[in-house]
Amino acid sequence: MRSYDVIIVGGGPAGLAAAIAAKKEGVDNILMIERDDRLGGILNQCIHNGFGLHTFKEELTGPEYAQRFIDQAAELNVEYKLNTIVVDISKDKVVTTMNRNEGMVQYQAKAVVLAMGCRERPRGALNIPGYRPAGIYSAGTAQRLVNMEGYMPGKKCVILGSGDIGLIMARRMTFEGADVQVVAEVMPYSGGLKRNIVQCLDDFDIPLKLSHTVIDIEGKDRLTGVTIAEVGPDRKPIPGTEEHYDCDTLLLSVGLIPENELSKQAEVEMSRITNGPLVDESLETNVEGIFACGNVLHVHDLVDYVSEEATAAGKNAAKYVKDRYGAEAGKAGKVIEIKAVDGARYTVPTTIHLDNMEDKLTVRFRVGAVFKNSYIGVYFNDERKQHRKRPVMAPGEMEQIILKKKDLEAFEGLETITVKIEAE
Amino acid sequence: MEKRNLTCIRCPLGCQITVTLENGEVKDVTGNTCPRGDQYARKEVTNPTRVVTSIVKVEGGVLPVLSVKTKDDVPKGKIFDVLDEIKPVVVKAPIHIGDVIVADVAGTGVDIVASKEIAAV
Amino acid sequence: MYDIIVIGAGVTGACTARALSKYQVNMCVIDKYDDVCSGTSKANSAIVHGGYDCKPGTMMAKMNVRGNELIYELAEELDFPVKNNGSLIVCTVPEERGKLDVLLQQGIDNGVPGVRIVEKEELLSMEKNLTPNAVAALYVPTGGLVDPFNMCVAFAENAAVNGCEFKLETEVTNIVKKDDHYVIETDKGNFETKIVVNAAGVYADKMHNFVSEKKMKIIARRGEYLLMDHELGDYFNATVFPLPGKMGKGILTAPTIHGNLFVGPSATDIDDKEATNTTQEIIDDLVYKAQHSYLTKDVLPMGKVITSFAGLRAHEANHEFIIEEVADAPGFFDAAGIESPGLTSAPAIAERIEGLVQDKYQFPKKDNFIAKRKGFIKMDQLSLEERNELIKKNPQYGNIICRCEMVTEGEIVDAINRPVGARSMDAVKRRTRAGMGRCQAGFCTPKTMEILSRELGIPMTEVRKNVKGSELLVGKIKEDL
Repeated sequence: MRSYDVIIVGGGPAGLAAAIAAKKEGVDNILMIERDDRLGGILNQCIHNGFGLHTFKEELTGPEYAQRFIDQAAELNVEYKLNTIVVDISKDKVVTTMNRNEGMVQYQAKAVVLAMGCRERPRGALNIPGYRPAGIYSAGTAQRLVNMEGYMPGKKCVILGSGDIGLIMARRMTFEGADVQVVAEVMPYSGGLKRNIVQCLDDFDIPLKLSHTVIDIEGKDRLTGVTIAEVGPDRKPIPGTEEHYDCDTLLLSVGLIPENELSKQAEVEMSRITNGPLVDESLETNVEGIFACGNVLHVHDLVDYVSEEATAAGKNAAKYVKDRYGAEAGKAGKVIEIKAVDGARYTVPTTIHLDNMEDKLTVRFRVGAVFKNSYIGVYFNDERKQHRKRPVMAPGEMEQIILKKKDLEAFEGLETITVKIEAE
Repeated sequence: MEKRNLTCIRCPLGCQITVTLENGEVKDVTGNTCPRGDQYARKEVTNPTRVVTSIVKVEGGVLPVLSVKTKDDVPKGKIFDVLDEIKPVVVKAPIHIGDVIVADVAGTGVDIVASKEIAAV
Repeated sequence: MYDIIVIGAGVTGACTARALSKYQVNMCVIDKYDDVCSGTSKANSAIVHGGYDCKPGTMMAKMNVRGNELIYELAEELDFPVKNNGSLIVCTVPEERGKLDVLLQQGIDNGVPGVRIVEKEELLSMEKNLTPNAVAALYVPTGGLVDPFNMCVAFAENAAVNGCEFKLETEVTNIVKKDDHYVIETDKGNFETKIVVNAAGVYADKMHNFVSEKKMKIIARRGEYLLMDHELGDYFNATVFPLPGKMGKGILTAPTIHGNLFVGPSATDIDDKEATNTTQEIIDDLVYKAQHSYLTKDVLPMGKVITSFAGLRAHEANHEFIIEEVADAPGFFDAAGIESPGLTSAPAIAERIEGLVQDKYQFPKKDNFIAKRKGFIKMDQLSLEERNELIKKNPQYGNIICRCEMVTEGEIVDAINRPVGARSMDAVKRRTRAGMGRCQAGFCTPKTMEILSRELGIPMTEVRKNVKGSELLVGKIKEDL
């Protein structure tokens, strides 16, 4: 069995950044595996601009952002396989792959970086009643058809869910001549970025109906219409608020789910909130030598943060190969737990091995509701150590705090760091 | 005195900006967190512009369509003129990022450029 | 002139056609849908019933028990997936314990092999996720699971290989009785036949009433289901039923042969025989029942629901199968009122029709009848070496199209190019499971469409979900809008 120091599963933005970082850290024998026919992952179909402001200080489209990393990977001679699916990852880090030319091949890895991304939540998960005609697409599927294949899925659209892909597709469909009638969002706030509401909906007078959902789907062959109704605080439709829309297409942008089937095969422990692996300060899972980053770990709002996180994961995987692989003892020293409470839904990571921590650690999280003029509070045990005002926080956007190693070391008896949202 | 509330679209932060206008002239900009926000707000109330992204058809490439963008912002009112002009365009692979696909699109002085690498078959 | 026309390419029609294809007959199967298995046969509980709950002495009881026997044999002969996981009818209220004894006796009277009562301790050792309130259960060891799509496709393919024609997307508009034959009028022209087999599901009454004065009524009884992710596929080993109620066998929580768990079916009688829509009321009720199930140890996680769907049962007022030659229409054979346990009974119904036809017509047997069929290759069930062997021969088997169900291009191409092959996305899905997984075709839709377009030699814009009018795309970008 051929062996690699690091195998990176996925050649999207997370996989690319992780592979580049591992290489830069001095580990040469690495392999990146991509299931599609080109590197870049979902960025290839995200042809809109707005990527890279943090990373490159300029505004790029998805394919351009991906190309920057693809070029870097090429310069560093990162070995990769396209059109290759990972069928299995074992706890012992045997990676089983399959493709057309080589059939099934197994590789032994010293470290694995999980970078498989996420998938869209389908209609079924929403339990929308009605028929199941042609013309119902997840926004990402429609995006692929339009932007990669050059086909129009419909002429008259309704969009359910105000996730970013749905908002972006409202504009794309409009640009290609379709009539986008309305975007309905079951929550009282949008799941997407504010800028996308302005430049994808407001610019084209497409109404965004918050606290509204689709309650019926009509058409036995092709979609002919949907009924939308307002929902109450319990998210149940309010009788009498029904509105009918004739349409041939319903696009769904109702959430993303990290794709962790392989992680589960490798016995990686999952968070019930993010649906991604539980990781420590190195972005390492409970399975030693298996790391995770990008949307497979938790769904991000910006690809820039994916790249940043994946860079850390790749670097840590390389360090693991150099310093800890084969060593008897695992990570030594004290373990500090990070908890998310009072409006903070989760944190990534959830634990810190103090000895292994770098000088600074970014902890990312999301809030569970819209908060205005509130504070992010960070507590070491029961003592508040950070208190930062945020004019607006919304579930659609990620938040972060920075922890400094010297602060953690200086705090005697530190066991738990708590992140919470506070009114004052 | 007129006050207009905007959401800045220059970056994903989406700052809520208030612009104070007097006789069509910008008197004050508040709520922005960076100079780009100030710039955006002034422009948005006087001459709003957007980057337009779309696709054009490709001949002889590994992909049937190419993603393109306006190299710079174009006036918001020109968006559909830009789209109309690129509608019949067909380009031949290979194509590299930055290749000019349509020069001076819709009289805006801005070029349409390729935003994807497409190899020839 | 055909010897036999079978109306309906559901499991009853396909299985009957296969049974009759043993003889030297000129036969065809007509169906209005684009594929076989598109009506009642495609949306049901997919259970091989033991036959304990049918009223003793009825046609239903006979067909069920015989069908159960035959289905396992046929699954071997025609290579479609069945799993003999057993059924448990669970009593959770001590006062209702007596009902199990009634069911046991009924099972014995019907000739169901091996039925017995299992007491609490044994029951809980059989099913670790069963509610601790379980009192006892009726155990039906012959109960099982089947893949209804592949079962129906297997019959259809084998019938086709043995010379039976399939006229799909052909809707019967009228049947005219002549002296010694029938004229089947359809939207694609008229066809003459000596014998008609009416296996038209919810429309069996319409077909029957074209030719008989003794009118029949089939009521569409809708059943709605929730389907849950593979993660819950091994929640129960057996198919777990509550004690039966008036409208049927009750809401089950049962594994499917593909390793999902389903909750359902509901039962609502409806007027529109095409109304396979789900409803808010019933879905809410199923979610409630799943979360407050008195059969499961845990509250089932509703986040794991991947889809909901509805099917129509062809319910006859007397809740009985009608499998006979119509008294005032010689040569016209009804297979009507085929609701649950119709799937299990299909092989027995086919056997009975075959018997009735042969008693009357005595067609000579074919000497070149091909009894066996090789089923679909399931890549994910092969060993590493077997898969490599296959990929070497045909690299398409190394190209995954549907990630959730791990379906390869090779499997999809095979599904399209077999006899009575797939012509639409749904037809591919039913045969290969591409698109049936947790992402519900989000990723594989564009790729499967391309394969269909390429293999069928049609433009992408003509690729359909199922019937005409269900095209997935409206045009090419920059051209058609």
